[in-house]
Amino acid sequence: MKICVLVKQVPGSEAQFSVSADGSWIQETGLPFEMNESDNYALEEALQIREQKDEGEVVVVSLGPDRCQKVIREALAKGADRAIHIKEDAPYNTDPFSIATALANTIKDEKFELVLSGLQSDDLGFGQTGVILGEILGMTTATLVVGTEIQDGKIKVKRELESGWFQWQTMDLPASLAIQSGLNQPRYPSLKGIMGAKKKEIKESLFVDMCDIDGLQSFNGLSVQRAEKQTEMIEGTVDQVVSKLVDVFKNEIRIN
Amino acid sequence: MDILVVLEDKNGMIHRMSQEAITGAQRIGSEFNLSVGILAMGGNAAALSDQAAQYDVNEVLTLENEHLNHYTADGYGAAVAQVVTNENPKYVFFGHTYQVRDYVPRVSAKLKRPFLNDAVSYSSEGGNPVFSKQVLNAKLVAALQPNDGGTILISFQSAAFSSENIQSGSANVRSISVDIDSAEIKTVTEDPFQEEAGGVDLSSAELIVSIGRGIGKEENILLAQELANTIGAEIASSRPVVDSGWLPSHHQVGSSGQTVSPKLYLALGISGAIQHVVGMKGSKNIVVINKDPDAPLFELADYGVVGDMLEIVPKLTEALDR
Repeated sequence: MKICVLVKQVPGSEAQFSVSADGSWIQETGLPFEMNESDNYALEEALQIREQKDEGEVVVVSLGPDRCQKVIREALAKGADRAIHIKEDAPYNTDPFSIATALANTIKDEKFELVLSGLQSDDLGFGQTGVILGEILGMTTATLVVGTEIQDGKIKVKRELESGWFQWQTMDLPASLAIQSGLNQPRYPSLKGIMGAKKKEIKESLFVDMCDIDGLQSFNGLSVQRAEKQTEMIEGTVDQVVSKLVDVFKNEIRIN
Repeated sequence: MDILVVLEDKNGMIHRMSQEAITGAQRIGSEFNLSVGILAMGGNAAALSDQAAQYDVNEVLTLENEHLNHYTADGYGAAVAQVVTNENPKYVFFGHTYQVRDYVPRVSAKLKRPFLNDAVSYSSEGGNPVFSKQVLNAKLVAALQPNDGGTILISFQSAAFSSENIQSGSANVRSISVDIDSAEIKTVTEDPFQEEAGGVDLSSAELIVSIGRGIGKEENILLAQELANTIGAEIASSRPVVDSGWLPSHHQVGSSGQTVSPKLYLALGISGAIQHVVGMKGSKNIVVINKDPDAPLFELADYGVVGDMLEIVPKLTEALDR
């Protein structure tokens, strides 16, 4: 089975942000960047499907600036067969529809049976790219996928619903699936994998050449999240804090 | 109509987040002089439409079709795209539910119209509403700008509007139809199921004591449990506690767990990741106890204590037990 995995590089979850001088994005200098968490699970799922079937190919596609080479190399070291890097220095100036269009133009002749992506990126959080890509290429789509079973010409997926409910659905191939974190145990690259990755192919293209449409939306003005509430901080010794909390519970919130 | 709110079915009732979207449509509609319609679709469309007609909106559309009786992204994507094309609203509102995340990007791609998702707020600019979303782990906020003047699809984060403010009234109901080719439905869904039976319904709880990673170890859950028993609260948690196997998953609050809005949400050792916050930010009173003064959940707190819950909680239980 030929599988495409969409991998995005995002700032690490511990990163602190400041808005750039022109207000269009954040200051990236010095920020830690890493593979988007749910993309890492999508990659692992693709590698496991290839290993179960003992055939097929896993191709990693990433869109972004030169720094993305780091996550591409990481994916190749973990076992992806080859990679495509669509270069764009300012991907945050585009939108999910433009990105999905560039991806569709990039992979349409590859005839992938499966496209796996993470559920959403930890930076912009649109959670649309994989689904729009599926729609453009005429694939079936599913999101919040927490399990996969390949069947004859179809795929059965387990989807997470709200409030602890789940649902199985059986879909025609080709399919584009957005993977939820936690469905498998992502591997670490082996030393052999890291060495082998250096010989693997990374095909490069430019976003401007791959996206032939105008975007549908853009960000306008980025600002630091302001506190939503006036918080009353309760301070003092443990006994003072406890006595104030009892007062708040009984007289302000009226818990009885 | 100018704003079309697409309802989600929750076992024959209007989904709570759809009610919030209706509330938002009513408020934005009156502020910007826009008419509001509601779309009820699927196997329970008649029941949903009866409920929707009790709200103060201009019109309720009812859509029944054999391909919409069970949810599929194929069917719902095709149906909503057709309705939007036929009715041509300026705005289409949704709650940012798991189902909406699953099929509305398909609508966006079919219509080549922008999907501004997970909006938390709006402001007024040049006589039009401008919508904002949180980015970069909810540390920053950005306005979402459509690139032209056509229909915009928008989903609202849980608790962006309070459904307690929904306006009652009466609305006319109109039946509409769509053409869906059975060849378009390439997905077969099975019945939803729960992995663990006997869950607690946290959504109706008045008082909740909720624990996070900061509880440290499994034995300490007992401290929170004793406090909860003393005040008659339910025990809830963030995802790490469930992932560690310390509590069954039906105690989980957040995007992959339950959404709650109790009178008191007492958060013990919960840092406040966005996945947790969306499930509890609608709580009326939020009290946060955490050792880390930089825990993001303090931003949402009505009352905050920087301190060790292991010292505070037993004494609090004792004091409240008197």
